[in-house]
Amino acid sequence: MAGIPLLSLAIWIPILGGLLVLAVGGNDRNAPLARVTSLFAAALGFAVTLPLWFEFDAATSALQFVEIRDWIPRYAVHYHLGVDGISMPFVLLNSFITLIVVIAGWEVIQERVAQYMAAFLIMSGIINGIFSAMDAVLFYVFFEASLIPLYLIIGIWGGPNRVYAAIKFFLYTLAGSLLMLVALLYLFYASNGSFEILDWHRLPLDLRTQQLLFLAFLVAFAVKVPMWPVHTWLPDAHVEAPTGGSVVLAAIALKLGAYGFLRFSLPIAPDASMSFQWLIVTLSLIAVVYIGFVALVQEDMKKLVAYSSIAHMGFVTLGFFVFNRLGVEGAIVQMISHGFVSGAMFLCIGVLYDRMHSRRIADYGGVVNVMPKFAAFFLLFAMANSGLPATSGFVGEFMVALAAVKSNFWIGFVAATTLILGAAYSLWMYKRVVFGPVANERVAALTDIGAREFWMLAVLAFFVLLLGVYPAPLLDVMHASVDELLRHVAAGKLH
Amino acid sequence: MEFERPDFSLAAAEIFVAVMALVVMVAGTFLRRISRELGYALAQITVIGAAFITVFSVTEPTVRYTFGTMYVSDWLGQVLKLFIYLSVFASLLYGRLYLIERRLEKAEYYVLMLLSMLGAMILVSANNLLVLYLGLEMMTLALYALVAFDRDNGLRSEAAIKYFVLGAISSGLLLYGMSMIYGATGSLDLGTVAQAVYLGAGDETVLKFGVAFLVTGIAFKFGVVPFHMWVPDVYHGAATPVTLLIASAPKLAGFALALRLLVGGFFGLAETWQPMLMLLAVASIVLGNLAAIAQNNIKRMLAYSGISHMGFVLLGLLAGVTDGSHQLAFNAYSSALFYAVSYALMSLASFGMVLLLARTGFEAEHIDDFKGLNRRSPWFAAMMLFVMFSMAGIPFFLGFFAKFAVLEAVVAAGHTWLAVLAVIMSVIGAYYYLRVVKVMYFDEPTDRTALIASSETRVLLSANALTLAVAGLMPQGLMSVCAYAILTSF
Repeated sequence: MAGIPLLSLAIWIPILGGLLVLAVGGNDRNAPLARVTSLFAAALGFAVTLPLWFEFDAATSALQFVEIRDWIPRYAVHYHLGVDGISMPFVLLNSFITLIVVIAGWEVIQERVAQYMAAFLIMSGIINGIFSAMDAVLFYVFFEASLIPLYLIIGIWGGPNRVYAAIKFFLYTLAGSLLMLVALLYLFYASNGSFEILDWHRLPLDLRTQQLLFLAFLVAFAVKVPMWPVHTWLPDAHVEAPTGGSVVLAAIALKLGAYGFLRFSLPIAPDASMSFQWLIVTLSLIAVVYIGFVALVQEDMKKLVAYSSIAHMGFVTLGFFVFNRLGVEGAIVQMISHGFVSGAMFLCIGVLYDRMHSRRIADYGGVVNVMPKFAAFFLLFAMANSGLPATSGFVGEFMVALAAVKSNFWIGFVAATTLILGAAYSLWMYKRVVFGPVANERVAALTDIGAREFWMLAVLAFFVLLLGVYPAPLLDVMHASVDELLRHVAAGKLH
Repeated sequence: MEFERPDFSLAAAEIFVAVMALVVMVAGTFLRRISRELGYALAQITVIGAAFITVFSVTEPTVRYTFGTMYVSDWLGQVLKLFIYLSVFASLLYGRLYLIERRLEKAEYYVLMLLSMLGAMILVSANNLLVLYLGLEMMTLALYALVAFDRDNGLRSEAAIKYFVLGAISSGLLLYGMSMIYGATGSLDLGTVAQAVYLGAGDETVLKFGVAFLVTGIAFKFGVVPFHMWVPDVYHGAATPVTLLIASAPKLAGFALALRLLVGGFFGLAETWQPMLMLLAVASIVLGNLAAIAQNNIKRMLAYSGISHMGFVLLGLLAGVTDGSHQLAFNAYSSALFYAVSYALMSLASFGMVLLLARTGFEAEHIDDFKGLNRRSPWFAAMMLFVMFSMAGIPFFLGFFAKFAVLEAVVAAGHTWLAVLAVIMSVIGAYYYLRVVKVMYFDEPTDRTALIASSETRVLLSANALTLAVAGLMPQGLMSVCAYAILTSF
């Protein structure tokens, strides 16, 4: 595979595919053609990421599949792509989820089909760019550009309050990332004119500078993760977004902030990370416990899953900031697992919403009587969302909880309450929606999932179980990179 | 004193434009029946011809003087002139249908357009305070007349009076400053003045007052806070093709004015003018962005957004004053030039879109007139989306790299807090650009008429907006042109 620019293909095939979809399906009369073209582009986009997994050398922490060429020589900006054990799984996850999203929107979206599909394809390419950019400007450019398609997706195909949600989403995340831009420019200046992220990892910085940089990065990434208390955009965005938008938002977009911590905050400002450990751990625990309770009282299914995502991401940031291998790897597994599980949860809610046009829990009840196949899938994903052993949700949560206990018993204790809270909100919602007698005649009229929905959910279910019973291959891929990262953080920069 | 024959070839483009302006005027008087098409055709030929002369008359990047040292020919001037031609060209082309529909298409209009372009060209190449003033007045007098061109329209006349009164005051201030400088240094030549300032000759108080007046004059022409009062009214009141011109060419010429006067002439007094620029820049970025949010008229919104963009150009200029590192200063000036040029491109496309939506008896001046554009014309909605995101500074668009370059210079000069303030205001600024995108994409159209525009307009406007995306993907080209222009001219 040497010589084939796989990462460039992973970025540009979806983007060019999206433009092609716009060109062929500009008119809704050509919607079938637009659908087929986008399925083809998404499948091809996913196919080119597969060699990343099979050809990956897990023995090294060095960057692989590297591509580097000049982009803006005037500011020493390079088109520098590469993945390590941390970022590679996300490229695959993203390309895979895009494929699912295209299938999920197949019949549901009837208006401006080409624009819908193109927005998701273009976003998929941009997000692959974020995960594989090793030049800070390239990273930033992709990071910001990813706002545009999601803004349009929420605003055009979203629910009744979509305009408010779209603008809130955009401005919140933009506010965070622009401060990061100043931090990047400062680092460019401090490193005598380099935008290479790896050069910055080696750049000696005093503690105060590190702390300021850490805070600038924190604002950007905390909004994106999102961490309490800057999480308020997420429930709005999730509730108003169309199903596909929610899936991508939950499964992929939330991972960008967490990935930023691993790529920027920890290695560039290791000593500041240590000194702000209390802050991140506190915010994470608040997210886990408080947001868990908030999720419990939601009446809207999407909002409930949105809050549960915030709680799960709290686990991820907690895992990073206990600074041991178990915690960081657990957090990454949690991210991947959350990508499948929350994506599947939103798809399940989408299945119901397409039939009933309601997301209110109170409108449902007894769905199992009319949709048995669907109920089985939904049960599996709700279980995974609450961290049941043998599902992927368990592995990450268990590793992080264990790591937290190692570092401090009480942190671990508080974090472990998520296992109870998660079960409470997921399963209670499931009970009210699915079990019991048929609630009303609209529920009675529901039809079970068709073949398209069945296979879409079945594939996700397969990955949720696979990752739950046999996570070793995923862990093997990241060992070397995580160890290197932790060695670097432990060494610090202050000597 | 021996008389030396000046090298006219260096001013060939200016001479050509002046002659052609007179030809258009004469043709307009004597060939009344065919003067409409003829005026337009001759004006475009003039612009294109001038562009050819400018491109081919300069072969090597040296600084050359003519008419003594009154007139300078350098790469900075050539680059700015080319973008000025582009602005005039776009204004003529985008505005053609608009003028025909409103029966404004007269030969005089084209004469005034060419004369204001000539003024801008002279201003860009001036190396003497009086020539500078001559160019400035020529440009602005023609613009006053252009704003008032539709004389039966009250809005236009009001805008023209405001523009004229405030413009005359600012010219007075500029002239007053020049007289002080002449008094202190005994010369009108910028090189001699710079020498005198550098050596500390002349009364320092007089010089400082002179510089203060110059900065005020420049700020008026730039339209930065607190000398911005005329900007929204004039943008709003003028016919849209004229607004388009005012929003682009004079800003580029004003950039040359600022660079030649402050950096070329008064670098020795940098510590006097740098804090002034800082104040102007901060006030413009803050007030421009905040006031733009409240606008419902898109021309007024773009006016306020222009004020904040000019604040960014000033940020680039002031970042050039550092502890003496030539590299940093050079980076800062090229970033300011890059910003000014990028802004001109964005500005052309934005007013071009307003013109595209206008038709007989309908101005498309309100943001709500863009409602549901995605349904009426997905292509042009996408083009406007490019322009708006570019102005908001979102990658992959040119506007992002313009902001990036200026912020880099500001951080490198050690003013990190200024950069933080600028980015915070950019977030606020993003709101009103997003609003335009919102009405285009998220709202239902109230007006379902098909867009009427000539195919040339469609092509050029699309090319203009696509340039923002392409130059955003590959910004190196334009960046190096700007860097080279600065490098070879100072």
